[in-house]
Amino acid sequence: MSAIEISNLNFVYSKKTPNEKQALKNINLSVEEGAFLGLVGATGSGKSTLIQHLNGLIKPQDKKRMSVVVNGMSATDRKNLKKLRFEVGMVFQYPEYQLFEDTVAKDVAFGPKNMKLDKEEIDRRVRRALEVVGLDYDKFASRSPFDLSGGEKRRVAIAGVIAMQPKILVLDEPVAGLDPIGRREILALVKKLQKEVSPTVIIVSHNMDDMAQLADRIVALKDGEIIADGTPKQVFCNRNLIKEAGLDLPTATSLADMLIARGVELPRDIVTMEELAKELGASLRKKRSQAVADDNDETKIGEDADGGFYAESYDEDVEVEGVEVNGVEVNGVEDPDGEDEDV
Amino acid sequence: MFKDVAFGQYYPVNSPVHRLDARVKLLLTIMFVVSIFFIQTYFGFMLTAAVLLITILLARLPILSVLKSVRGILLIVAITAIINLFFIKEGDVLVQSGAIVITKTGVHTTIKMVLRLVLLISGASLLSLTTTPVQLADGLESLMAPLKLVKVPVRDIAMIMSIALRFIPTLFEETNKIIAAQKARGAGFDTGGLLSRVKAMLPVLIPLFVNSFRRADELAFAMDARCYNATDKRTKMKKAKLGFGDLIATLFIAGYFVVILLERYYFPTVDINIDGAIFGGLL
Ligand SMILES: Nc1ncnc2c1ncn2[C@@H]1O[C@H](COP(=O)(O)OP(=O)(O)O)[C@@H](O)[C@H]1O
Ligand SMILES: [Mg+2]
Repeated sequence: MSAIEISNLNFVYSKKTPNEKQALKNINLSVEEGAFLGLVGATGSGKSTLIQHLNGLIKPQDKKRMSVVVNGMSATDRKNLKKLRFEVGMVFQYPEYQLFEDTVAKDVAFGPKNMKLDKEEIDRRVRRALEVVGLDYDKFASRSPFDLSGGEKRRVAIAGVIAMQPKILVLDEPVAGLDPIGRREILALVKKLQKEVSPTVIIVSHNMDDMAQLADRIVALKDGEIIADGTPKQVFCNRNLIKEAGLDLPTATSLADMLIARGVELPRDIVTMEELAKELGASLRKKRSQAVADDNDETKIGEDADGGFYAESYDEDVEVEGVEVNGVEVNGVEDPDGEDEDV
Repeated sequence: MFKDVAFGQYYPVNSPVHRLDARVKLLLTIMFVVSIFFIQTYFGFMLTAAVLLITILLARLPILSVLKSVRGILLIVAITAIINLFFIKEGDVLVQSGAIVITKTGVHTTIKMVLRLVLLISGASLLSLTTTPVQLADGLESLMAPLKLVKVPVRDIAMIMSIALRFIPTLFEETNKIIAAQKARGAGFDTGGLLSRVKAMLPVLIPLFVNSFRRADELAFAMDARCYNATDKRTKMKKAKLGFGDLIATLFIAGYFVVILLERYYFPTVDINIDGAIFGGLL
């Protein structure tokens, strides 16, 4: 059974005013249980609007033609609303700005309390949620959330959602505004949460590197429409589409393109740094063994060579080929190093 | 729940009224509001309603957007109406049963009171519907300029006003975001009695205040960093200029004001008789 079924979803903000804005156009999407889905798209493409349909914060504007079904419950049905809110955990952008209680434990308990759980269960869940997000209960429970560091606040906010033990976890740009270490930690945390708490994860992000690495499915929005849906490889290697959507290529993909333009033999479907490192290593090894073979031939007809020569000839090789290919501008990849073109 | 507040709700269309100078609009709005207190007769109210309607049409606003601002004061209107209706004891008695006495004068006073309030709010909301907050603040600053002579810090007051106005939409947006986030954690905002409703607002109000203070701090730093107040004389990026439209608008409203004054002081007894329409069978 799919966890989420969306069909024919349209959404218009400020209907019948000069500010009217169609934020979603004919969205059809089905998400399998256990998926790690990355939702990408330029600012204003409708990502936040789409995810707020999942727990009924925004309701479909036409109940007859559109439908949003989550875990078998229709989001248009008022009586499902409360249950839906607890089954879909929603972590908004900058969630730390929504903390309000005077202690961390009380704030995390807000969700479970609204679920009308008994006191022991609430305590148990708060304890577990804090531990899952990596905050020591005894150290943090009675502190004020407003005195914590940025990263800690965000963990508390995430714990507040996790404490409801949602089956689906939705995060809207969870690493926005964090430093590199903070973002790596939060992303690792999201992976862990999928394993331990919420089997289905939807994550909205602007960072294609993170998405290429984490997600097993990418859905790209542009002006409220789904323009791509597939594995990270399928979506990110469609370079024209990514450009059209106003997105960046993953760093590994654009670096690979630059290297290919300079004559390095690499496959065209690299999306993560790990892949790039692996393929580049393989490519260099191949090149080197070829050079050795060539050199051996040359030595046979009497020319000398030492260890340093291989490296030099290899360098020249690449540069010369690079210039040729650059001359016809392969794939519009920009040459970051202008000097090469003058050679 | 905060969507219905019409104040500061600029309605972005291009119309002759939108293009008027903010200072002129401010002064004319004041003149209009004052004139409403001079109205004596139903004829005066009809004229005022006509002037308002013409302005709304010229401003290309939907009538609904103006009426929305009236909705906010409905409760006040209702209370005022009830007080007037039941506590005015002069004039011909219409209904009498026990302690309740309703007189003809009472009915007329009530109708006029309601009309006054509705016209007043509609007129004032026209200003905010057709003028951006920044234009308003600039206009006020320029109108208050003479007060500089008596050492009133006009520039700082104007800056405070424009910052406040500038942040109204931001605060609304933020309020909605926080409400959404707390709803996502199962918060309910429209159930229970008064006390539990007020308590339910705390998860929204506390973050809102905390964030506002943080924002104020950041803004103060940013202004300091750009040497706010370091120079005595700041100039405006956009200088407002009076145009032909401003002259026409002034003549129009001033003409209307004169008619209202005449109505009050020279022909207070010339009026449309609406007794038949309102009392009908009662008489
Ligand atoms: N409350 C709102 N009122 C009017 N328009 C809105 C509102 N929220 C979002 N929009 C508009 O809808 C579009 C989609 O917004 P959003 O879903 O927030 O995009 P994203 O999250 O991808 O940046 C944008 O053009 C935005 O300006
Ligand atoms: Mg967004």
